[in-house]
Amino acid sequence: MEQQKYAHLEKELSPKTPLLKNTVRAFLTGGLICLIGQFIALFYITYFDFTERTASNPTVATMIFISMLLTGFGLYKKISQFGGAGAAVPITGFGNAVVSSAIEHKSEGYVLGVGGNMFKLAGSVILFGVFSAFLVALIKTILVKLGVVSW
Amino acid sequence: MISIYITSFIVGGLICVIGQLLMDVAKLTPAHTLCTLVVTGSILDGIGWYEPLIDFAGAGATIPITSFGNALTHGALAEAEKHGLIGVVTGMFEVTSSGISAAIIFGMIGALLFTSKGNV
Repeated sequence: MEQQKYAHLEKELSPKTPLLKNTVRAFLTGGLICLIGQFIALFYITYFDFTERTASNPTVATMIFISMLLTGFGLYKKISQFGGAGAAVPITGFGNAVVSSAIEHKSEGYVLGVGGNMFKLAGSVILFGVFSAFLVALIKTILVKLGVVSW
Repeated sequence: MISIYITSFIVGGLICVIGQLLMDVAKLTPAHTLCTLVVTGSILDGIGWYEPLIDFAGAGATIPITSFGNALTHGALAEAEKHGLIGVVTGMFEVTSSGISAAIIFGMIGALLFTSKGNV
């Protein structure tokens, strides 16, 4: 079959993505997760010595802990099926990616299975995060040294 | 005080909507979507737009994965300000330490506690 025909056929046969429904679900799920994060941040600000800005560190750790429990009990998969990107984009989705590949590859042993596969999905996020941060910071530092912009 | 909860919900939700549109409209895989958002976050910090967003939306800006790129760039820039170019490398994980360490620690604990029944 010609490539054009095939592409046309594939478009016809593949199920239509309900864009509006997915978007609303992503908005609600993602918003809710961030709202929970805001409550956790408030907890750290109120009861521990954190400020609005420094509270994000313990909040992220707590969210990943919650994500571990939800992943382990098989609930995060259900949240992902409902929320799509709303469950994948928050840091809990990052935690879910790490924890679920760790659990999934447990049968291959702790060194080769868990250790080797833990960052299978999350690794690319770390790679591109670190490398883009490196480039951005490098460019900005050079621009500051040249006197083009200020910190 | 109540307004930060509303803005965190809306901003966090909107960042996830951008992710959903990248997946549904631009047909990116979830991994590509997350990488795009992380790179966006780090660029936004480079031009100084992400910190005001955190002040405005709180966890709505710090919980989505974009804040990971922002925190990496922020740590690198803070060290570069003090120590020059070498700070770009040494300062990178200064701010975002907890995300990676928590993921590793809880990933291991999760593997010790749970066994896959095809539902993780």
